Amino acid sequence: MYDIQNYQEALTLSEATETLTRNPRMRIIAGGTDLLIKLHGGQIEAAELLSIRNIEALSHIEKRPDGVISIGPLATFTQMTQDPVIKAHVPILAEAAVSMGGPQIRNIATIGGNVCNGATSADSASSLFALEAELVLISSRGSRVLPISEFYLGPGKVDLRAGEILTEIRILPRHYVGFGGHYIKFAMRKAMDIATLGVAVLCKLEAGNILAEVKIGLGVAGPTPLRCFEAEAYAVGKAVSTDVLNEVGRLAIRSAKARTSWRASKEYREHLIQELVPRALREAIVQAGGGEIA
Amino acid sequence: MRKKIALTVNGKAESFEVDVRESLLEVLRNTLGYTGVKKGCGVGECGACSVLIDGVPIDSCIYLAVWADGKTILTIEGVAQDGELSPVQQAFVDEGAVQCGFCTPGLVLTTTALAESGREYTKDELKRELSGHFCRCTGYQNIVKAAEKAIETCRHDGSCGNHHPADHYHDPEKQEGST
Repeated sequence: MYDIQNYQEALTLSEATETLTRNPRMRIIAGGTDLLIKLHGGQIEAAELLSIRNIEALSHIEKRPDGVISIGPLATFTQMTQDPVIKAHVPILAEAAVSMGGPQIRNIATIGGNVCNGATSADSASSLFALEAELVLISSRGSRVLPISEFYLGPGKVDLRAGEILTEIRILPRHYVGFGGHYIKFAMRKAMDIATLGVAVLCKLEAGNILAEVKIGLGVAGPTPLRCFEAEAYAVGKAVSTDVLNEVGRLAIRSAKARTSWRASKEYREHLIQELVPRALREAIVQAGGGEIA
Repeated sequence: MRKKIALTVNGKAESFEVDVRESLLEVLRNTLGYTGVKKGCGVGECGACSVLIDGVPIDSCIYLAVWADGKTILTIEGVAQDGELSPVQQAFVDEGAVQCGFCTPGLVLTTTALAESGREYTKDELKRELSGHFCRCTGYQNIVKAAEKAIETCRHDGSCGNHHPADHYHDPEKQEGST
């Protein structure tokens, strides 16, 4: 049995925010694939849980008339791998989603939980960073919108204030229309593994082979997911070539804060960044309508 | 803290109280006696505890019993009908896909969900769909062969039952126009 002291089920968002306000000790549970494992391992004790899994309004994936792609936090990873809107407009997110865990976990784990757990290895995070996703956070006091880059504060730490619930992940048209993208998860196993490095690259071309915009999101390259701004700025305006790609990979390391863990050494992770960022960019260029580079 | 739940397990309606601390695995094994649901790792990695919830494979060890309220659940005990093995079970026997048997209930259930989808799977897709099950005996070759055979049999004669919501395994061909 799990060490659960109190369990409540909210059926509406207002019920959830009111319950959280009354009892700030309550933890939100949705898919449970991270939280129940922490309970099992004893990292959390005597948990007070507020389930939001039956709030139907939070599981949508849709493209609004203004082009904004809106993802409800309860959308599962399986939903993300199969959803026609995601596949058509932000396939990089479907690529990331299918790399997470195994099928049974993807059937139940939610994107909101993946983000709110604040893991640098979260499989959705590097893609959401590259897509400059916005998060809508609601409490009984009101709501706020935050860029995902400001939400991650440190390992396992996010800017979720007492009484707040993540209610929506938004991707704006200016961050996905016209972009090609590619995601690479590097792990020791092909399934059921945590990333050694996650690389998400988006790019936009002009005149066929000039890089108009490049966005690089990395997971497990530092205490939080991060962007490689120096490499991105270097790439803009350059004609696509092997030399440019290699330089982007070299500069990407400068933004990283890789460290040694039992999974991989700092040096190995930096080697992976230098190698995999150009590889992902190469494929992103093809996805954006550019040619293959020999 | 206890809560009453109502669910259908292997075609039988059940209604009883569960402790909110219990996992579905514990309730299926200890309260209802479905010991074909195996406890392996307990953290959602090995897949031994997999059951179909509304036709979808789920690790029952990391699924709270209270969440099963209103759901339809299939365990390995509900797969054979009137003493006859299902096409999936028969394929596992024919291909020698069973050794110690601990992973078998979960693998048969996931394969059942795949077979019932009516979809075709490439070998890579099939391996991906089975990747949430660890087998420490067989080396997987015969499991993949059995799954291929079962899916093929079901596609041809529609001999598998229907435990799944039709839209779970999407046809990859059907998607919105590309950008």
